[in-house]
Amino acid sequence: MKNRIWFLVASLAFSLNAETILIRNATVMTVTKGTMQNGSVLIENGKISAIGKNINAPADATVVDASGKFLIPGIIDCHSHTAVEGGVNEGTVSDSSMVDIRDVLNPSDINIYRALAGGLTVSNVLHGSANAIGGQTVVIKLRWGKTAQEMIFEGATPGIKFALGENPKRQGYPAQGFGATGPAPERRYPGTRMGVEEVIRQSFLEAKAYQAEWKLYNEKVAKGEHAIPPRKDLRLEPLVEVLEGKRYVHAHCYRSDEILMLIRVADEMGFKIRTFQHVLEGYKVAKEIAAHGAGASTFSDWWSYKIEAYDASPYNAALMTKKGVVVSLNSDSDELQRHLNLEAAKVMRYGGLNENEALAMVTINPAKQLGIDDKVGSIEVGKSADLVLFDKHPLSGFSKPQKVWIDGHEYFDREKDIETRPEFEKKKKALQDKEAAAQPAPGRRRNGSGAAEPTAATPNQGDSK
Amino acid sequence: MKQGLVSLLVGLSLSASLALAQNHNVVAIKDAHVVTVSGEELSKATVVMRNGLITEVGASASIPADAWVIDGSGLTVYPGFIDAMSTWGIPSPTGARGGAGATAAATAAAAPAEPRARGPEDRPQTYSYERAADLVTPADTRLEVARAAGFTSAATYPTRGIFHGLGAMIDLAGERGRDMVIVQPIGQEIAFREGGFGRTGFPGSLMGNISYVRQLFLDLDQYQQAKQIYASNPTGNRRPEYDHALEGLAESPRLLLPAEETQQIERMLHFAPELKKPFLLYGLHEGYDRIDLLKQASIPVLVSLKWPEKPKDGDPSEVSSMRDLTMREKAPSVPGLLAKAGVRFAFYSDGVESAADLKKDLKKAVDAGLSRADAIRALTLNAAEIYGVADRMGSVEKGKIANLVVMKGEAFEDKTTVEYVFVDGQEFHPSKDLQQGPTPGGGRRPGMPSDEELQ
Repeated sequence: MKNRIWFLVASLAFSLNAETILIRNATVMTVTKGTMQNGSVLIENGKISAIGKNINAPADATVVDASGKFLIPGIIDCHSHTAVEGGVNEGTVSDSSMVDIRDVLNPSDINIYRALAGGLTVSNVLHGSANAIGGQTVVIKLRWGKTAQEMIFEGATPGIKFALGENPKRQGYPAQGFGATGPAPERRYPGTRMGVEEVIRQSFLEAKAYQAEWKLYNEKVAKGEHAIPPRKDLRLEPLVEVLEGKRYVHAHCYRSDEILMLIRVADEMGFKIRTFQHVLEGYKVAKEIAAHGAGASTFSDWWSYKIEAYDASPYNAALMTKKGVVVSLNSDSDELQRHLNLEAAKVMRYGGLNENEALAMVTINPAKQLGIDDKVGSIEVGKSADLVLFDKHPLSGFSKPQKVWIDGHEYFDREKDIETRPEFEKKKKALQDKEAAAQPAPGRRRNGSGAAEPTAATPNQGDSK
Repeated sequence: MKQGLVSLLVGLSLSASLALAQNHNVVAIKDAHVVTVSGEELSKATVVMRNGLITEVGASASIPADAWVIDGSGLTVYPGFIDAMSTWGIPSPTGARGGAGATAAATAAAAPAEPRARGPEDRPQTYSYERAADLVTPADTRLEVARAAGFTSAATYPTRGIFHGLGAMIDLAGERGRDMVIVQPIGQEIAFREGGFGRTGFPGSLMGNISYVRQLFLDLDQYQQAKQIYASNPTGNRRPEYDHALEGLAESPRLLLPAEETQQIERMLHFAPELKKPFLLYGLHEGYDRIDLLKQASIPVLVSLKWPEKPKDGDPSEVSSMRDLTMREKAPSVPGLLAKAGVRFAFYSDGVESAADLKKDLKKAVDAGLSRADAIRALTLNAAEIYGVADRMGSVEKGKIANLVVMKGEAFEDKTTVEYVFVDGQEFHPSKDLQQGPTPGGGRRPGMPSDEELQ
């Protein structure tokens, strides 16, 4: 409850402090309502308040001249592990639904800023795929400079990560970590795809029993009995929420047979799969995915990196789209998330989708999959002013985001970033020099040379904020 | 004769193992500069101690006829320093403890590694029930070093696992472990352990740690409720299972939570209220960017004296990030900023275990903007107030425990030396070697797991 009030206050604060901005003369690619040449977009109180050819700037408006530039909705990534501190997997158990990404968001992760610089404004931050039922997931807005709590997309339905196939049946890693030879010291169940299925079914059976236990207790209390309350189980609570439709299932998968398996288990247990993630063989079972009502979030042209990822095709996204599946393209990577616009462009080459359909793959479609399409994902009056201004056509490899707004706040400006770099490097150099002066190089002096180690001159663009 | 009788009565008999300790039941330090901390500084005053307590402080204090008198001219008397989160007195976290402090709990603790945990119900890495008070022993060689740096007391905690156990406020001298304990339990220290997929099982990640802590406190709620309901209706109800992990939590008057970096400070301030216990944060090296938040939260904090440094054996061509450079530059300014903002804070030694290093690290905070008065207060009365024991320690006041450090010169000056240390009225005279030299044994606690083992 306290949290909810806090979110209300926070979202109010975000919108109330936002300035009025008029972006003029841009090619406005709304994604849902076509593209407008020489269009203007007015931002008021954090929302898009007008779109058109002739909008007069209110007296207090900041006017951005966007002549020759392209305005698109903020890019949305349906599969990210950015900004997670202290491990993305709680892989020690085969069902780790008690853990929550929300607890470990790191708002100071520099990858947030770098993703912003690529036009990303919303991320679905997921637990890893080490186990059949992974942790709880959270949708964030990339409000760089704000706290973890302030980054959480208010009103977005939380999720939970499921994983099928090779990763969850790996049984844990050897003591020296992934890639080391030798067996894991104590192997974790399961070791087969059958076992993965059994883990999911078993957990839902437990969740149902847990649901019933609480129901019984509440009935007893209502009758005035002195019943001892059941133990509140953080592992089963989120699964009960899944059963009640209050939490989305995002299922990591590759092969068509395991996709069908999960649909069968979901039907049997009475829950819905919100998205299939990666889903490289989705094109084989697109009809079944569409019939279940699930979305598919895949890669543009990345495959063959492991045994279950061979029977894949760059036409996957287009083929699933044509069968009626809502498809998005995701990054799953700190690097790829910086140019998802180019990933989207690939579905025009592979599958012959049009510009709008391509952009939809990284804007309105992931918004639909995350249940936030009433708030973001396209340029429409009343939606949040999450916008990206590109210097060239966003589906061109030569384009770069110039400005990025979230809720009408400017969170990235390319010119300003470039301007501040020399000053930043100067400050950094000063700190390095000061430290070097205070602590003579600790390394052993070789050949009797008394010269202090020079500090490396290579500037580290790595942490430009 | 009279002296001998008193000595018998208070049970303070001098043992041979405390070679440098003198035992005078009545001591008067006259004409000294006295930094009382609780009141004004007295420029030429007398402090009288009797039977381990301070009996008189002031310019006109009368010197009892039976007192051993120290001429305090040129000397400054401070309250004994307190390490606000320590391991002093507990020589080894695992393995054979033996000696005066060993108990059944300690013997159990020396058992081989726990089996792989499959979830919160296995209570992984949980020693919430272990008592520092049962483990402390005057045989810990580090006590001598701590005294040489002016420390007379410590809030000391066991160190294993996620839930470390119940801390005790102890004096850093005594004939037996039990003589050292002032108050217990004073808190529950919590640390997060990330084990990856490896040996220890659940939890392997930070989020696993947090959800485990959350689950344990939910279990505590249910446990207490169930015990209460069962006590009044035992017939027809199934008895709640005894759970010593939860008994330990129930006994904890406050929780100590780790918060080193900005996002960790924010995270813990957001998370801790869920646990429904008073709490304090420790670490705080990046606190300079969250002073307002800490002030607003109005909770006490403990600042680690182990200031971040450039890795000693790192690749010399590796460039540190701006964030790391800034943190190394600005961490020592945190105490000064906290003092200015009025946030109550104390220091903890955090593994800094030579007297010279402790002195150097405290001086860094002073050089970075902490006033000497605030530094002394943080080391004494603040720590006592944070733990709710300011009625018996933390200042030079009549009626308080006779824990004093007497210096030649002012604290935090290079040339200043510690002349006398009084712990429970017992006098020590730390050697110059201990004050200036490295720790005997290289500063590493015997039996302390390496960093790799803790990762």
